[in-house]
Amino acid sequence: MNTATQVLPNQTELKISARLAKNVRRHFVERVIEFLLMLAAMSAVATTMAIVAILLYESLSFFEHVSIIDFLTDTQWTPLFEDAHYGILPLVSGTLTTSAIALLVAIPIGTIGAIYLSEFASHRTRETVKPILELLVGVPTVVFGYFALLFVTPLLQKFIPGLPGFNMLGPGIVMGIMIVPYISSVAEDAMRAVPMSMREGSYAMGATRFQTAIRVVTPAAISGIIAAYILGISRAVGETMVVALAAGQQPNLTFNPMESASTITAYIVQVAMGDLPHGSIGYQSIFAAGLVLMLMTLIFNILGHLTRKKFRETY
Amino acid sequence: MSNQASVLDNLEEVRAMIRRHKFNDYVFSIIGLIALMIGLLTLLTLFVDLVMDGYPRFTFEFLSEYPSRRAAHAGLLSAWIGSLLVMIVTFLSAVPMGVAAGLYLEEYAPKNWFSDLIEINVTNLAGVPSIVYGLLALGLFVYILDLGQSILTAGLTLGLLILPVVIVATREAVRGIPVAIREAAYAVGATKWQVVLHHVLHYSFGGILTGVIIGMARALGETAPLITIGALTFIAFLPPSPITDTPPFLNFEWLSSGFTVMPIQMFNWLSRPDHAFHMNAAATGALIIVVTLLMNGTAIWLRYRIRKNIKW
Repeated sequence: MNTATQVLPNQTELKISARLAKNVRRHFVERVIEFLLMLAAMSAVATTMAIVAILLYESLSFFEHVSIIDFLTDTQWTPLFEDAHYGILPLVSGTLTTSAIALLVAIPIGTIGAIYLSEFASHRTRETVKPILELLVGVPTVVFGYFALLFVTPLLQKFIPGLPGFNMLGPGIVMGIMIVPYISSVAEDAMRAVPMSMREGSYAMGATRFQTAIRVVTPAAISGIIAAYILGISRAVGETMVVALAAGQQPNLTFNPMESASTITAYIVQVAMGDLPHGSIGYQSIFAAGLVLMLMTLIFNILGHLTRKKFRETY
Repeated sequence: MSNQASVLDNLEEVRAMIRRHKFNDYVFSIIGLIALMIGLLTLLTLFVDLVMDGYPRFTFEFLSEYPSRRAAHAGLLSAWIGSLLVMIVTFLSAVPMGVAAGLYLEEYAPKNWFSDLIEINVTNLAGVPSIVYGLLALGLFVYILDLGQSILTAGLTLGLLILPVVIVATREAVRGIPVAIREAAYAVGATKWQVVLHHVLHYSFGGILTGVIIGMARALGETAPLITIGALTFIAFLPPSPITDTPPFLNFEWLSSGFTVMPIQMFNWLSRPDHAFHMNAAATGALIIVVTLLMNGTAIWLRYRIRKNIKW
């Protein structure tokens, strides 16, 4: 008994110190892993910073050759010509026109779709329709470009004689159908967030489903619905392949959808397809165009998130 | 008497109004269904159009021949192999990074400005147009890091592009796991990383896989960023094989090889004025659609299965 008590503490002490050493090691490994995971998360911040840095760096070299005033006011964009002009306006007008057509298509369809999904559809219908809309989002844009160039435009030419093979109308419509799922899903989320009691109040007053949807639910969810539109604009502005294929490659300061015009994204693709030497003014010009594109989508994204946040705080 | 008559008249009016409003409900539900069907109809029209235009090229030779100046002999060999190799790099770069970032944000990140900063960045990156990633890759990977217009550059570019998709999917999958699971593991002495690796990651595997498949499908169809980094459009050779018959059996030369991918090949054929090439483009488009729809369909089905089987 006595000897046992003398021996035992020694053994346990040994065990404890071994365990403590193991604990220290485990603790160290834990810290290393946490640090590695944090580095991975930091990659998002690093990517944003890299995008901003690269765009600014190359654009600054560009603006050493071109004055900002020319860039913002000149009405011609011909960086690759002998007589070079560097006015971004024609590219912006092309971008805005195609986006506007896309929105004219997507807003009514997307809104009606969202109202239907949120207020009218049965659970079963909703569970069937939403995956189909998701599949539509998954279709690569180059395929939609084919559709705009070789299906929609020839179809439109039958109704609108004299419509050129490259025009902004066809790709605009196709882009609109592409962004319907984005708009309807964000708008539907906003409408579903409206509390049931508001609908019940309306039904109790004898309103029909349609009246409740239009006069109660829609106004209550309006900031979320507008956020959906704004996010849709941002999608349309950044869309590349459809316009690069079907809207034409000639910068053209016009808002007429029947004409052909290049967009910011289409210009970047056009230049990248050629073989421009690194560091030339043409090479730098795509970064300046990219900076404008980035700023445009950033503004719309921020606006969209702000309005979306606002509706979340209401209830 | 006249008073009663006017009440009766009013009753008729009210009934007419109710009928009218109920009819409006009916009309709107039909309009709503039509609005939602437009997307599906477009997808069907698009697919039928591609198949009708491209069916003469649905042959084995189309997949086993290099691009050619003669449309009828041009094939997709270098493009589909290029797509496959680029996808491997994308997968290896985006998935570990994205899952790790998602785990950090959900399981480790303290609630402070630093975590907010990361969150805002992830949300923002998801909204950046894909072509801007191409500009980033052109400036950073191609010229500053001097990786050239290679498979490695393309894979990393698409990896960055789908990183937000993987991060968001990981976070959503991890968030769905009850705290009780974690507490049970802690109670038997597991460290945080053991809890995360053996339990959190294990149970959220299906959800993460769903997001990864959707991201990979997106990367497969993405064209603009790869054109921007200067992917070649006429490639009549294959990159060196990744697997060799001499030890160590692996070869990394393919990473620095030039390449083309299916969507770029399609774009190239489509932008030629010769209509014979449009047939090739249609066949390529049909192939891309089938593959991406299959991938997305699998992901949606998987998510449905997971939702149905969850019994915490």
